[in-house]
Formats: sequence, structure tokens, C-alpha cells
Amino acid sequence: MQPVWMAHHYNQVMAAAAGQFPYTRGIHEGMYRDRLWTMRQFSGFSTPEETNRRYRYLLEQGQTGLSVAFDLPTLMGYDSDDPLAAGEVGKCGAPVSSLEDMETLFAGIPLGDVTVSMTINSPAAVIWAMYLVAAEKQGADISRLSGTLQNDILKEYIAQKEYIFPPRPSLRLVTDTIEFGARHTPRFNPISISGYHIREAGSTALQELAFTLRDGLEYADCALERGLGIDEFAPRFSFFFNAHNDFFEEIAKYRAARQLWATLLRDRYGAKDERSLKLRFHAQTAGCSLTWQQPYNNVIRTTLQAMAAVLGGAQSLHTNSLDEAFALPSEDAVTLALRTQQVIAYESGITAEPDPFGGSYHVEELTAKLDAGAREYIRKIDAMGGMVPAIEAGYPQAEIAQASYEFQKKVESGEAVVVGVNRFRSEEERPLELLRIDAAAEAAQCAKLRRLRGSRNNAAVSKALSDLAREAEGSANLMPALLGAVRAYATVGEICATVRSVFGCWQERPNI
Amino acid sequence: MKPPIRVLVAKPGLDGHDRGAKVIARALRDAGMEVIYTGLRQTPEMIVNAALQEDVQVIGLSILSGAHNAIVPRVMELLREKEMADVKVVVGGIIPDDDARELERQGVTRVFQPGASLDTIVACVREAAGLQ
Repeated sequence: MQPVWMAHHYNQVMAAAAGQFPYTRGIHEGMYRDRLWTMRQFSGFSTPEETNRRYRYLLEQGQTGLSVAFDLPTLMGYDSDDPLAAGEVGKCGAPVSSLEDMETLFAGIPLGDVTVSMTINSPAAVIWAMYLVAAEKQGADISRLSGTLQNDILKEYIAQKEYIFPPRPSLRLVTDTIEFGARHTPRFNPISISGYHIREAGSTALQELAFTLRDGLEYADCALERGLGIDEFAPRFSFFFNAHNDFFEEIAKYRAARQLWATLLRDRYGAKDERSLKLRFHAQTAGCSLTWQQPYNNVIRTTLQAMAAVLGGAQSLHTNSLDEAFALPSEDAVTLALRTQQVIAYESGITAEPDPFGGSYHVEELTAKLDAGAREYIRKIDAMGGMVPAIEAGYPQAEIAQASYEFQKKVESGEAVVVGVNRFRSEEERPLELLRIDAAAEAAQCAKLRRLRGSRNNAAVSKALSDLAREAEGSANLMPALLGAVRAYATVGEICATVRSVFGCWQERPNI
Repeated sequence: MKPPIRVLVAKPGLDGHDRGAKVIARALRDAGMEVIYTGLRQTPEMIVNAALQEDVQVIGLSILSGAHNAIVPRVMELLREKEMADVKVVVGGIIPDDDARELERQGVTRVFQPGASLDTIVACVREAAGLQ
């Protein structure tokens, strides 16, 4: 146990000011004095129509960006009417099987004016192609579109496990989007390198930090190998971190992430453009910290976590709703979650100064420890030949599984307190009004898809798909072929089946 | 000495969130059981076939995606069809109260919701195996 900090323990040089290398204290000089973070609630359920209504509602309530949750069939590259999709359509997000669904999703929402983040990974290039064409059809200029594609496939193998193809061809697809973005959509983030899911899978803060940054280096290596210059693509890399319970550790994690990324990009790649060096990130409060018992406690957890993200200098934020241990959020619950951000932003005053904990002995020490620990992990993964060989060996997966089991045992023994679950329990629980996904939504999606297949030009679809298969067998950037397929209204399922026939599928070795 | 209890831990459906399944599998193993973990994206057919081949007494299903009402009844139906009704099924995940009661009515031994303790789950599996 560290003794309580006194001035004589502290001999580190104060970090550079916000806006100065290595950006420990923030990427902009004035931070929230000049501009608040984007309030971006992750949302999608039932059908594209229902989700569109929720987006318009959130924008009316003062939300400042959109964030699309896709359902599991879409995430796994299956159409809503695929037998494997039975029971899953619209449950965890919005189903988007075709360009038509994408157009419905954003009907009446001008994509030229709003930034949209899309949580899509394995079929990210396909969904992005749909998004770009939908924006084009609205009359937007795609070179001016701004938003973010999650598109971080490495963390899928590591943590969330929504993968389709094996790692290497998947990285080709990611690199295709990075290259296409650098050339055609300079204001769009083609990737959001994500620690969120790593943490949700049970990692420690240090593992979240280290694996995420190492993933970022892997993507940089791929883009460099493609022939792009570091400063051509790195400015558009964005990040996504968890905002978990341990308040000061989380603040330190964001600070360490910024200083690590800046120094790694400078020292490994010689990046010069300061936009390459500045780590921009989205944060989401920790879904896995929410409890089913005494759900109103979740409002307090989320508030503290959101404060840590803001005190850590996040560029955008999602706050979880109190009912998310049970279901996708109800309208009332998501409104309260958004209001939580608005209270922090406009009432609390914590936005007044960039990095207000800079110089705190405790936070500086934690920052230094996380920085050193992450460097050690990165060295280890470098020695394994990079993140792909590490994943193939099951290394990060095993590290996370071990950490999550250790945590659960601490909950079991009471060493880790979960209020309302293993301490301070109540006998009476007041039930919440939950969002239920109407089973009719799945049938309606399937019927729409049948109509589309009957009304589109199926000869054009076949040609587009065979063009895509041919390109996939070669080494060209697949974005043009994907845009062609999407314009012909080929579906996510058809496109992914075509790519799967060339790239194959990934199966993880089940390991406990 | 009685042979150890054999349990199949399975992740059906498209969901990849395997944190819970892995924690449970390890807890059961640490409690002295023989645990077979299927890995991800198992269909009800694959799960029941694995249960048959591995000769397990208990199947544990982890479902967080909301697809439990489509998946669990199918597993129960296949167990009846293959005359494996003596294999007990426990389910864990994000299962609303009404659905949990309905699944238990359909023959699921117990549905565990978030916050269930490992001790309770281990005891339940042990008891289920003993009930055969």
C-alpha cells in the first residue's frame, strides 16, 4: 500500500499543458472551454423505422450526434430472413439488410449535417458502402461527410467475438476502408480502435489500454504496408474506451493513452502531423457495471463514470441507461441518461479547466504506472510477432478470461463490493417499465426483404456480386466493388456470403 | 468414489459475449466437475448432439441476446425427441422474469439472471445432476 501522498514523494516534472505534446492533459488547449464533447447515445432496435423515430427523438432532446447499433444478424453478415437470424432480428440493434433499410434508418435526417458513428465490424466495409450511397442519394457530398466506423476487427477476435472472416483477410478489408477514406472521405474516421469491449469482456484497465493501443499499431502497420504515409491516415484514427468504476484509474487511463499514442506514433513511425499524434476518443460508461438489482443505483454509477470520461478529456460520450442490465433502453431511461450528460456539461462546472486532476500525485502516479504497464504488454506482443499471431495463440483472450474470473471470485468473496448485489441488498425490488421488442418486427423485416428481392434488377445484383468475388480473389481495394453491389441493392447477407466464399470463416478454438 | 459430474456449457445463437459462459465453466471446473465448453454460435442441434456424445448430465446455456425464446424451447424439444429428457438444462443470461418463468414451465431446471452468485449456480448444477 502506497503511503498517503505528500509533496516530498513527488518529483516528476509536471506534464506539458493541454494541446501540447505528448497531450497527456488533453488534445486541445482549452478543451471544453472551447467546445463540449459530442453527446452520442448508441441506439438501434426493432426495425429501421422504429430506430429512425428514436434518432429524431434524441436529436430533438439535444443530442448532438448519432450512433447506430446494428442487430446481431447484421453484425454477423446475415439478412433478416436467414434461418440463423431467427429470433435475433432487431433484438440488440437495428436490422439493416440492404441499402433500402439504410435509407429508412436516416430518412429525414440530413447526413451532410450530422455526424454518425456506426458500431459495425466484420461487415463494416459493406455497411459503410451503404451509408455512403444513402448519403449520396440525399444529395450530400461524401467528401464532406463526418462520422465514425467502428471497424476494429482485432478486438472482435480478442473480446466481443463478432467475427466472420479470419484475421488476415479481415485486416485487408479494414485497410481498404482506411485507404478509401484517406482518398475520398477525409473527414470520416474509418476506424475506432476500441478498448470498450475488451473491458466489458472482463479485462483490467491496463489490459484495455495496452491491447487497444497495440491494435492501433497493427492497423498502422497494415496501412503503411499498403503504401500510405503515416500522416495520410493516422489523423483519422479514432479510439473508443470504457468509462468504468474506478474513478481515478479511469482518468489516468485516458491520460496515459494520449501520451502513449503520441510517443509511439512519433518514435515508431516518425509521424509529424500533430493530428496523427493526438488521440481522440469516444467513451461509453461500463455496461458490465450495471446491475439488475436496485437498478436506480445504475444512474449513480453512470454519472460517476461519465464524470471520469469528461475529467479524462473525452471527445464524445455515451451514457448508459439505468435499465440496460435488462434490455435495450426505454425512451424515458435514455432521456435520463442524456440529461445526465447535460447536467455534467452545463451545471457541474467540471468543464471549466482542461485536465483538472493534472498534477495530482495520485493521478500522475497512476498515469505513469499505466503507461509503463502498457509498454510492457506492447513489448510482449511485439515479441510474439504482433497482434495477429498473439490472437492466433489465444494470448489476449486468455489474459482477459483470467482477469474476469479473478474479478468474479472477488465479487463472490465480497472483496469487490457491488452495491445492491453482494452488499446492501434489498428484499423488495421495484420493477421497471422495460422496452419490449415486438415479435412482429422480425416478420415485417422479412416481408420487406422479400419485396426488395422481387423488385430490384436481379441481373445487376448477380453481376455486382460476381465482380465482387473476382476482386476479392485478387488484391484490389474492395470498396468500389462493394459500392457497386450496394447500389444494385445486393443485401448484406448476399455480399458477406460472396466474400466468405473467398476469404473463409474464422472459428475460435474453444478454450476455458 | 462417484465419478465427477459432466456438464456441457454452450453459447447458442449469434451472440459472441462469452464472458459469463467462460466464468461459469471455470467455476464448475474448479468445483470438481468435468466441463465441456462448446465455444460460440452453436445451433440447438449442435448442442444436443454434443450433449449426447459427451454423455453429460447437465447442459448450461448462456444467452444474452434476447433470442432465448427462440433457442431454449428448441433445445428442450430436441432433448425430448432424442429421449434425453434426463439431461437437465440450466440457462443464464439476460432473461426477463416472465420469460424465465415460462422457460422453467417448459422444463428448464433453473434460469439464472444477472447477479446470481457462482456458489448458487454450482449448487444448482450439482443438485440437477443428482436428480437423475
